[in-house]
Amino acid sequence: MRAAVIVFPGSNCDRDLAVAFRAAGIDPVMVWHKDTSLPEGIDVVGLPGGFSFGDYLRCGAIAARSPVCNAVVDHAARGGLVLGICNGFQVLVEAGLLPGALMRNTGLKFVCKPQVLTVASTDTPFTAAFDAGQTVTFPIAHHDGNYTADADTLARLEAEDRVAFRYRGTPNGSASDIAGIVSANRRVLGLMPHPERAIEPLHGGTDGAALFAALAGALTAA
Amino acid sequence: MKAVVHVMLKPGVLDPQGEAVRHALVALGFDGVQGVRQGKVIELDLAGEDAGAAQDRVTRMCEKLLANTVIESYRIEIA
Repeated sequence: MRAAVIVFPGSNCDRDLAVAFRAAGIDPVMVWHKDTSLPEGIDVVGLPGGFSFGDYLRCGAIAARSPVCNAVVDHAARGGLVLGICNGFQVLVEAGLLPGALMRNTGLKFVCKPQVLTVASTDTPFTAAFDAGQTVTFPIAHHDGNYTADADTLARLEAEDRVAFRYRGTPNGSASDIAGIVSANRRVLGLMPHPERAIEPLHGGTDGAALFAALAGALTAA
Repeated sequence: MKAVVHVMLKPGVLDPQGEAVRHALVALGFDGVQGVRQGKVIELDLAGEDAGAAQDRVTRMCEKLLANTVIESYRIEIA
């Protein structure tokens, strides 16, 4: 099982994400944003948190047009798994792999705290190890996590059970308290909270480990 | 040739930054500011093209990068 962790200038959770993959038994390889292809045999691509390209223009906008992102889009089109966390979620919506947009938090503040979430769907390769409706605590740390989409898109996400995580009490004004969504084929997950920062007791909680365990389970079963 | 792109949030999309600016203006004593919308202005210097070709090219730039058309609209001026 191999993961590619994409590194952009300004990524700062790339190594945390690599540690989380490795802890779940998935070998991570770091891939620079200027690469035009992914290494052979990659099962899952991780887009890490951070401030790629200094959040210039819009969060994730420049990263989504970087050379490696074409390879990530191709990987997703082949049904490959993609996990985008925080800035990685912003990159996924900017790249068009997930619908909607992430806007400035309604409170205008950078929000950095442990956040209680409910697992809204367990029917994804990322959330199958949680119980439906389970509450988990992942850290959040973002300025632009206010999920927005038109009414039709929001209705479709609900009808297709594509909301993976919801905030318990919105920290940023997101529509329908959405914290994370999956693609139509359920193989691409984007979420603002940081499961990779909740995998060891020293992190203050280990709720995030189940997400990586679920991924490893999905890859083993495949 | 210069092109100027104005990028604004679409009507109906909440603009928390514009709202904060409005509050600050009211706090400074400017009455009657009923709404503030904040956008971006992007100036492009383009190698010699005719205006029509520039308009087409900048439109594609807006669709691909300069604006996020999920939440933003854009207006192009060619000068």
